[in-house]
Amino acid sequence: MTSQQKWIAFITIVRREVQRFLRIWPQTLLPPVITIVLYFVIFGTLIGSRIGEMSGLPYIQFVAPGLIMMSVITNSYSNVVSSFFGSKFQRNIEELLVSPVPSWIILSGYVVGGMSRGLGVGLIVTVLSLYFADFSIHSLPVTIAIVLMTSLMFSLAGLINAVFARNFDDISIIPTFVLTPLIYLGGVFYSIDMLGEFWGSVSKINPILYMVNAFRYGIAGISDINITWAFTMVSLFCVLLFAIALNLLDKGSRLRS
Amino acid sequence: MQAALTIDQLTKTYEGGFQALKDISLTVEQGDFFALLGPNGAGKSTTIGIICSLVLKTGGKVSIFGHDIDQDFSQAKQLVGVVPQEFNFNQFEKPIDILIHQAGYFGIPRDIALVRAEKYLRQLGLWDKSHVPSRTLSGGMKRRLMIARALIHEPKLLVLDEPTAGVDIELRRSMWEFLREINASGTTIILTTHYLEEAESLCRNVAIIDHGTIVQNTSIRALLAQLNKELFVLDIREPLTQCPEIEGYPLTLVEPNVLEVEVEKSQSINHLFEVLSGQGIEVLSMRNKTNRLEELFFTMVEKNLTGESHD
Repeated sequence: MTSQQKWIAFITIVRREVQRFLRIWPQTLLPPVITIVLYFVIFGTLIGSRIGEMSGLPYIQFVAPGLIMMSVITNSYSNVVSSFFGSKFQRNIEELLVSPVPSWIILSGYVVGGMSRGLGVGLIVTVLSLYFADFSIHSLPVTIAIVLMTSLMFSLAGLINAVFARNFDDISIIPTFVLTPLIYLGGVFYSIDMLGEFWGSVSKINPILYMVNAFRYGIAGISDINITWAFTMVSLFCVLLFAIALNLLDKGSRLRS
Repeated sequence: MQAALTIDQLTKTYEGGFQALKDISLTVEQGDFFALLGPNGAGKSTTIGIICSLVLKTGGKVSIFGHDIDQDFSQAKQLVGVVPQEFNFNQFEKPIDILIHQAGYFGIPRDIALVRAEKYLRQLGLWDKSHVPSRTLSGGMKRRLMIARALIHEPKLLVLDEPTAGVDIELRRSMWEFLREINASGTTIILTTHYLEEAESLCRNVAIIDHGTIVQNTSIRALLAQLNKELFVLDIREPLTQCPEIEGYPLTLVEPNVLEVEVEKSQSINHLFEVLSGQGIEVLSMRNKTNRLEELFFTMVEKNLTGESHD
C-alpha cells in the first residue's frame, strides 16, 4: 500500500469508530456524563463541603481532576474493548484481516477511535465540572500531554483485552475487577499522604496514581508524586502496551485460526 | 500467462492436531471459473481461508498472480476478493457504509468508493436497501451484499465460499448470471458449492478435495466424460402392471406410468425406443434422473474413503 492508501485506511477506521460511538450515544456518551455529575454532586458538593480542604485545596477542586481523568480512562478503555471484541464476535474483523491494511494501521485506527471517545467525554465532563468547581489551568502542556498519554495507554490496554477475550464476560472482568479498583485507589478521592508510609508506598505500584497526580498538577499545580517520574512511567507503559498489541495483531493471535 | 492462483504443497494442522490439508498443490489459470468441491470438513474452507489470510498455514506456498501471500502480502491481498460462507459484516451498519468502509481498507478514496458502491449495489439489486440497517436484510440480500463488498476493490480473483447456500432458485439463477458476467469481464472466479449443478453449470475446471487431499483436478468436461452410465426416467402413455424385460437395458417400473432405465455410454437409446415400441409401449417424455456431476462426486469421495484410488 502507498502512504496515501494507508492514510485512507486509517481515516476509514477512525471514522467508523467515531460513527459507532456517536450512533449509540445513549450507551456511550450519556451514562459517563450522568455518573460524573453524580460524583460531583455527592462527593464534591454534599460530602465535600464537610471534608473541607485536601492538600491545600477545597475538596471539590481536589477531586475534579481525578474525576475527569476517571472518565477519560474508562471511556478510552471501554470504547476499544467493546468495539474490537464486537468485531471479533460478529466476525466483521475479517473485513480488515482480508485487506492489505498493515497491523499498525489497524491498531492506530482503533486506538485513535478510543481516544476520541475518551477525550470527548473528558471534555464534556470538564465543561460540566466548571459548574461545580472553580479552577484555572496551572500548566496547559502538562494537562494536555498527560490526558493524551493516558487515553492512549488505556485504549491500547482495551485492545489487548479484546484480543484475548473469548466471550462478553472476558471484556467486563478487567474493567470491573482491575480497572475500577485501580482508579478508586489511584488518588482520585484522597491524597496518598493520608495513607501512611507503607500504604503510600504500595499505592505507588498503581499506574493510575501517576496519571491522576500529573493531571492534577497540570490543573491545580499540586501533586503527591514527582511529575517527571509520572511522565516516564506513563511513557513506558504506552511503549510496552503498543508493542504487545502490535505483536498480537501481527501474529493474528485469537483472530486467525 | 501468469496463473491466478498457485498453491504448492500446502499443509494445515490445527491446534489439537487435526490435519485439515495434506500437502495439496493446485493451479488456477487467469480467467478461469474454477470449482472447489468436497464434502463437509474436506478442507475447502481451510484452503480459502489461507488464500484470504484468515487461516494461518502450517506449510507450503500460495501465490496470487505471482505474489507470494507471505513475502508480498499487500499486493497479493489487493488482488483477491472473498465472499465467505458465514455472514461476517457488522449487522448494525448500513450496506452503503459497509461497502465504503471496505473500500477504505483497500485505500480507495471515498468519492470513488461511493460511485463503486452504488454501481455494485444496483447491479445486485440492493440499491433501495442501501441505507437500511443490514440486519434487516433477507438471507439472499445479505449474500449479495457480501458479493458487492468483495467486488468493491475490483479484485482480479474472486473467491466465493458457497455463495448461494440458502438462496431460492430464482435468486440463485440471477446470481449465476451476475457471476458469469463478472467472469466474462476478466475476473478469475473460484467457487465452492454443495450444489453440484451449480459447478456443472458455471465452472470450466474443478478440483475435488476430500480429507485434506485433492482426489481429482481436471476440467468439468473431462470429469463428466468419465461417466459410464446414466439413469433415465421414461414417462409412458399406457400404465403397465409388469416391468418389461429388454436385454442389456435394466428397467424398473417405478409407477404404472413411469419406467427407469440405466443406459451405458456405448449403448444406443434409439435401440431401446425401438424395442419398447415393438412391445407396444409408447414413451411420452424422457429425462435424466441423476445429476451427472453429483454421481461422479460421490464415486470419487467413496473411492477416497475406501482408499481405492488417489488420482
